[in-house]
Amino acid sequence: MLTKLTGGIVYDPANKVNGKKKDIYIKDGKIVNKPRNVEPDKEYNITGKVVMAGAIDLHTHIGGGKGNIARMLMPENHRIDAVAHTDIKRAGTGHAMPSTFVTGYRYAEMGYTAAFEPAVLPINARQAHMEMGDVPMLDKGGYVMLGSDDYFLRMMTAKKDQQAINDYVAWTLRAAQGVGIKVVNPGGISAFKFNQRQLDLDEKNSHYNVTPRDILKSLATAVKELGIKHPLHVHGSNLGVPGNIQTTLDSIAGVEGLPMHLTHVQFHSYGAEGDFKFSSGAAQIAESINKNKNMSVDVGQIMFGQTVTASGDNQRQYANHQFSNPNKWVCMDIECDAGCGLVPFKYRDQNFVNALQWAIGLEIFLLVKDPWRIFLTTDHPNGAPFTSYPHLIRLLMDKSFRNDMLATIHPEAQRMSTLGSIDREYTMQEIAILTRAGAAKITGLVGRGALGKGDWADITVYTENENREKMFEKPDYVFKDGEVVVKDGEVVKTVWGTTHVVRPEYDKSVEKDLKKYFDKYMTMKMGNFTISDDEITEDGRGSITVHPTVGEKV
Amino acid sequence: MTKITEVPSPFCGIGTDDLTIQADGLSIKVVENGCAVNTPAFEQAITDTSPRVDGKEVTLKQAINRAVKLLKKANQPVIGGCATDVNGMRALMALADRNGAVVDNMNFTGAKRNILAMQDSGWMNTTLAEIKNRCDLFIVFGCDLETFSPRFYERYLWNKESMFMDDTSAREVIYIGKAPSGNASTSPNKTKAQVLECADIDLPEVTSVLKALVKGNPVFAEQVAGIAVADLQEIADKLKAAKYSVVTWAAGALDFSQAELTVQTICELVKDVNASGVRSSGFPLGGKEGDQTANQVCGWQTGYPARMRFSSDFPEYDPFLYDINEMFANGEVDAFVWVQAFNTSAVPPHGGKIPTVVVGRSGMVFEEEPEVFIPVGTPGIDHAGHAYRLDNVVAIRLKKLRDSGLPTTAEVLTAIEQALVI
Repeated sequence: MLTKLTGGIVYDPANKVNGKKKDIYIKDGKIVNKPRNVEPDKEYNITGKVVMAGAIDLHTHIGGGKGNIARMLMPENHRIDAVAHTDIKRAGTGHAMPSTFVTGYRYAEMGYTAAFEPAVLPINARQAHMEMGDVPMLDKGGYVMLGSDDYFLRMMTAKKDQQAINDYVAWTLRAAQGVGIKVVNPGGISAFKFNQRQLDLDEKNSHYNVTPRDILKSLATAVKELGIKHPLHVHGSNLGVPGNIQTTLDSIAGVEGLPMHLTHVQFHSYGAEGDFKFSSGAAQIAESINKNKNMSVDVGQIMFGQTVTASGDNQRQYANHQFSNPNKWVCMDIECDAGCGLVPFKYRDQNFVNALQWAIGLEIFLLVKDPWRIFLTTDHPNGAPFTSYPHLIRLLMDKSFRNDMLATIHPEAQRMSTLGSIDREYTMQEIAILTRAGAAKITGLVGRGALGKGDWADITVYTENENREKMFEKPDYVFKDGEVVVKDGEVVKTVWGTTHVVRPEYDKSVEKDLKKYFDKYMTMKMGNFTISDDEITEDGRGSITVHPTVGEKV
Repeated sequence: MTKITEVPSPFCGIGTDDLTIQADGLSIKVVENGCAVNTPAFEQAITDTSPRVDGKEVTLKQAINRAVKLLKKANQPVIGGCATDVNGMRALMALADRNGAVVDNMNFTGAKRNILAMQDSGWMNTTLAEIKNRCDLFIVFGCDLETFSPRFYERYLWNKESMFMDDTSAREVIYIGKAPSGNASTSPNKTKAQVLECADIDLPEVTSVLKALVKGNPVFAEQVAGIAVADLQEIADKLKAAKYSVVTWAAGALDFSQAELTVQTICELVKDVNASGVRSSGFPLGGKEGDQTANQVCGWQTGYPARMRFSSDFPEYDPFLYDINEMFANGEVDAFVWVQAFNTSAVPPHGGKIPTVVVGRSGMVFEEEPEVFIPVGTPGIDHAGHAYRLDNVVAIRLKKLRDSGLPTTAEVLTAIEQALVI
C-alpha cells in the first residue's frame, strides 16, 4: 500500500530540510521516494501543515520498579485524573505518574513515537521491560544503570583492566536488554548503604576506596571503547545541592573529552550565591557545554505543580525527604545493584528556590548554542509530568509569553535570573532537532527521527498556530510505522512499538567469574538473571530492534 | 525422564531458584533443595484435564461460552484470587476492564496493612541480597519466619560467605512477639535467637515503646505487655549500634484490627534509626501465590494496587469497599470469577451461592461445584512466565517443566475477554 502526504511544510533536520513544502510517500511502513507511474492508495491532503518525524523522549521514567512504587504511593494523585476506557483504549489513570496505557496514549497524542527509560537497574530490568511492554503506541528502550553495583565496584578496587570492565559492561547491557549505559550518583548509592550520607566527586566510597571521578572515567571509557553510540548517560553527584555547579563542571573536566551526556542538568547547575545561598549556575554550565563538544545534556525542566520525584539516587532522595509534599516517601536499597527513592514534590512559583529552578532550566535551554547537544526533558516525572512538553515548547519559542510567565514568579527569583534579558526564541527547526533528529542521533537509532528515504514512517502533522502550546499539544495526525494511529489529537488505533537495544561484542569468559559471584553473593542464579529475547516478544506484541555499534555496518 | 536444574519457585515468595526437579511424563519430583513449601507445591499431581460446566466435562470452548454468558448479564462481576503469573494478571486486568469488574487479590487483606502504611507515610526497605551481604542485626516482629519460609535463614542469613561481613554466624537475631517454632534462626555458631515474647495483640504497644526508646523519648513504665522496658532499651541500643539492621514483619500474620498502624510504627521506627545516624531497613514478608505479581501488574496498568474496580469504566481504588468478602456479605456480587493457578486448596470463598467461574490449578476439590471450572496450568511448571519475589524488585523467570497440555491462565482469560467484545 502506498500512502501520500501532500503539501506539508517539512522540518527534517536530519536531512537538512528546513520548512520546505514537500510530499511524503510511505510504503510498507517506511518512507520511499516518489514512485513513478504509481497512484497512491491513500492520500492525506495536509497542505500548509507542519510535518516532523515522530518525537523521541530520550529521558523519561516510564518503566521500572521505582515508577510503580511512585504510582502506588499516590492514589490521591490518580483520583483527580481517572481515564475511562473506550472501544479501543484501555482504562487507566494519569497525573504525575500515569499508568502504562495512559502513558502511551498521551505521548502519542502529543506526537511522540518513542520514549526511553533512563534508569534500568539490571536486577529490575525484567520489570522495566514488562512495564514498557504494556506501554502502547511507542518504541522504547532503556539505559542500564551501573556504577553502584558491587560487582563493578569490586572490579574497580581490584584494579581490573579496562578490557575486563568493558566485557562486564557489555555483558550486563546484553543481559538487561539495554540501549545505553547510565550512571546515577556514581558510587553514591553504594556509599549510602555504608552510611555515607553524601559523596563528592573526589570523595572515596568508604568500603571500596574509589571515587565518583574514577567511576565516571571508567564507565565513559567502556561506553566509548565498546562503540555504544549513546554517550555515558550521567546523573551526576550532589543532585539538588546548592553550589553543585562546581561538581558538575569538575565532572565534565573529569571525563577528559570522552563522550558524556549529563542528564537533568538543571538539577546540577546551582550556585550558592545571594541572600538565600542559592543561585543560577546556568551561564557557567552553558559555557562549558558550548566549549566541550564531547558533551550533551538534557535539561530536566521543572514546572509548577504537584509531581513525584523518582530516582535511583536514594542517597540524595534520602537527604531531600524533608521536602516531601505530601509528607510520605520511600527509599530502598536494592540487591547489591543500586537503590531507589520516591519523594512527592510540589513545585511552587512563589517559593524562591522552586521559582529559580524553573528559571535556571530555561536559561540553560537558551544559553546552550548547539541544538544537537541539548534535549527537551522534564525528567518525567521528576521536574514535571511529560504532558507539560507543549507548554515548555511555547516557553522556548515565544519570548513575550516567557517573560509574562517570568513576571509571575517569586520576585527575588526574577531578580536573581538573567532569563528576562535573553532574547533567543527557538525556531521550528530547532525544536525538531531537540525532540527528533538530535534525540535519534544521540540514542543511536537508525531510521528514526528523520524523514528521508528508507526511514521508518513515524510522522507527526501539526496545524500551524502562533500559540505553540496549542499547536504541539494536539497533532492532526500521528503515523507510527506508516499507519495513522492518532487523528485530531486522539488515538484511533492501538499499536505496539519495538524495543531498541544495542549489543556490543564481549569476551564470553566474563561469565566464569560472574557465575561464581552470583552463586556466592547474589540471590539468583546467573542463568536466571539474563533476560532472553522471548521474554520481550512472547506476548505477540513486543519485538526487538538491534542497532549497530560505532563502525558496525547497518 | 528429564532432570532440570536452577528451577525458580513461584510458591515460597523468596524466589529460591536452585531447585533440581525430575520430570517423568506429568509427574514432577523435587530432587534437590526442596522444602516444606516448595516440594508439595511442585509435586501436586494433575487430576483434572478437562473443564466442567455444572459438574459435567465439556470442551474448553463450551466452558468459555458459559463463562461469557454469565459475565455478560452480570451487574457487578468480581474477579478474586488473582493468583497467577504476570501474563495471567495482564489478561485478568483486560477482562476486568472490559467487564466492569472488581479486582481483589486473595492476600490483599494482609497486604493492605502494608499498603495503607506506605501510602500514608512511606518506608525505607531493602531486598534479599542486601540482607545476605550486609545485615548484622535481624529483628522479626510477630511472625514465625521459618514456617513462612523454611529456607530463609539458610539462604539469606547463614550463608557462608558475604561481601561485607567476615563472619555471618555473628549475626544477631531477635524475635519480638511470636517465638520461633524451630531452630532455623539459631546461628551456625549455636547462638539462639533472643526472644521477647508477647501476644500479637500487644505488638502495637510494644512497637510503640521501642520506637519511643529509639527516639530517646522518656518511657516511665517498667513493663510493657510482660516485656521489661529495660530489655527493649537494649534492643533500641543495638539498633543504633548496628551497621545495617533489618526489621521484618509479615503483614498477613498481624491479624488484628488496624494492624496497619503497627506496620506504620515499625516503618517509622526504621526511619528514626536512620535519622539517628546509622543505617537500617525494613523488610516486609509476603510474595506468595502471586500476591506481589498481582499488585505490581495492577499497579502499572491502573496506578493502584490489586483491590480496585472498573465498574465506572475507569479504575477506582478502595482498600475497604472492594474487599470481596465484604461484598459477598453485603450481597453486592452477582457473578464471580476465581483465579488461582498455584494452590489447589485455595478454593473460592462462597463458592456456589453466586454464579461462579473457577480458573484454577488442576486438582481443586470443591465443596460446592462451581458453575464453570477450567483447570489451567501452573506458572513455573506447565508453562513459562514471570512472578515477583517478596521484595518486589526482582521478577523471576519461571520455567516450563513438563508438557501437560493445560491452557495458561492468560489464554483462558483472554478467550473470555475477547468473546465479551462480540
